[in-house]
Amino acid sequence: MAEFFHSVRLDEEKCLGCTNCIKRCPTGAIRVRNGKAHIIKERCIDCGECIRVCPHHAKYAERESVSRILDFKYRIALPAPTLYGQFNNLDEVDYVLTGLKRLGFDDVFEVARGAELVSEATRLLIDSGEIKKPLISSACPAICRLIRVVFPKLIPQVVPLNSPMEEAGRLARKKAVKDTGLMSEEIGVFFITPCPAKITAIRQPIFLEKSNINGAIAITDIYPELLKEMDKLHNAEPLSKSGIIGVGWASSGGESSALLREKYLAADGIENVIKVLEEIEDEKLGNIDFIELNACTGGCVGGSLTAENPFVAKARIQHLRKYLPVSCNHLVVESIPDKMRWQKPLIGINIMSLGDNVVEAMDKMNRLNEIQARLPGLDCGTCGAPSCRALADDIVRGFASENDCVFRLREGLNVDCLQELIPAPFRRPKAQENKVSEVQK
Amino acid sequence: MSSLQLHFDVDGEDFTRAGEASGSIKRTLKELGLTPDIIRNVAISVYEGEINMVIHANGGMIDCEVLPDVINVLLRDSGPGIADISLAMQEGYSTAPDNVRDLGFGAGMGLPNIKKYTDEMEIYSTPGVGTTIRLKVYIK
Repeated sequence: MAEFFHSVRLDEEKCLGCTNCIKRCPTGAIRVRNGKAHIIKERCIDCGECIRVCPHHAKYAERESVSRILDFKYRIALPAPTLYGQFNNLDEVDYVLTGLKRLGFDDVFEVARGAELVSEATRLLIDSGEIKKPLISSACPAICRLIRVVFPKLIPQVVPLNSPMEEAGRLARKKAVKDTGLMSEEIGVFFITPCPAKITAIRQPIFLEKSNINGAIAITDIYPELLKEMDKLHNAEPLSKSGIIGVGWASSGGESSALLREKYLAADGIENVIKVLEEIEDEKLGNIDFIELNACTGGCVGGSLTAENPFVAKARIQHLRKYLPVSCNHLVVESIPDKMRWQKPLIGINIMSLGDNVVEAMDKMNRLNEIQARLPGLDCGTCGAPSCRALADDIVRGFASENDCVFRLREGLNVDCLQELIPAPFRRPKAQENKVSEVQK
Repeated sequence: MSSLQLHFDVDGEDFTRAGEASGSIKRTLKELGLTPDIIRNVAISVYEGEINMVIHANGGMIDCEVLPDVINVLLRDSGPGIADISLAMQEGYSTAPDNVRDLGFGAGMGLPNIKKYTDEMEIYSTPGVGTTIRLKVYIK
């Protein structure tokens, strides 16, 4: 198996070894060891929840600096539609796009354009019946990675098309080669990203050999300079070529409404998404055509590398797109281009299984249950695992021991004179009879 | 007297192309160097008319005439017509289907917005025959 690349990283200096990130990680991929958080590479889906939740800013997203664009002769910015929602009192997208050009890009190609083409292709895909319903969106890379490691059974239902970002990157590169006559290597295509999952999708794509995009620049990094350039503008170049459908992809529900049909479901926020995926696995959602899932609350506007509150950004985008054409980008012929389809299939990775064969796994599961029964069930996180169940799992896999639990350790110190030395929350409870009599009183 | 005539056939078969004609008119008016207020008024009112044509009437035609002192727009369709125009002119009254409401349409502001953003608006409709809207925006 190839080494996992992750954009989500830990700054050890800043990490205090608290329990905030381990408790919030949706795939249980973080443990605290020797006072520092450790990310289990196989489990991490780069959703960015830990970046959002860490009070010490010890989690960060590895990304390109803006100056990286200077490595290329011809530079193209691919703004995510989420970028449009970051600015107050903005009436036209063209100001954002012109501002990007002033920052050193030779051209801009809106990801919203890719989104409109993916929407049209998805409509064709649903009508063709080639994929079992409900179809599951593949636009959020954190969700694709979540399905790959936790819900591999659902892979055949995932829409096998490029994300709007990748499709925009492909078309932008093609156009630039044609317009400039330069070699593809001389053209730098940079996504302006709202989230770390997209950075990972560029550095280690799972649906194609190599991304059409050279790197990602975080919205938070480019925002201050872009704002300055936009403030200087008196007029904007007419650069925008996207409509309601493309721009709407920035927030949850946008991708679904673009399908122009009613039987859809759009869930956002990783915990909600997991519940929906479980329902699909249980085949409870058979009468729905399409399921849109976004790891971040509110959709891409909620990404951990955005500058603005997701709900404010969403409201601004609704205003911006109000009098736009429905869609400005259409497939040349009414069929899905081969290059818009995945070049590699999505393959499930079994990281959750306890053993190589059923007998071994069952044996370990029995041990896991026995260990869990001995643990206090407080899910306090003091052992470094997010829950007692996760600690029991780690013990069975050989990554931890029962003594990592302070309550188990206390039982070894079960002498009255030692009780005073133990911090109050971890002291042995008073005798059972006393408790009962107090309650009866 | 100099004038500029623009004509658009609005395709009613493909909802995703709705808004293209009004977008094109807006770009032309920008190139003419008209004030942002006038451009907005024409762009919004034609947009609303165009969206209505696609949602309700399976397309139609838009003619836009720019004169030195006024912009005249004629929107014509051969759709089902409007039985009660005064009801349709009320804010919030809509017969748009659910699947386009999810894109932000169907708030019942189409005809009221045309009225609001134009200096003159006339609407004629015959059920079963179609609807015609004439509007004027003055260039002051």
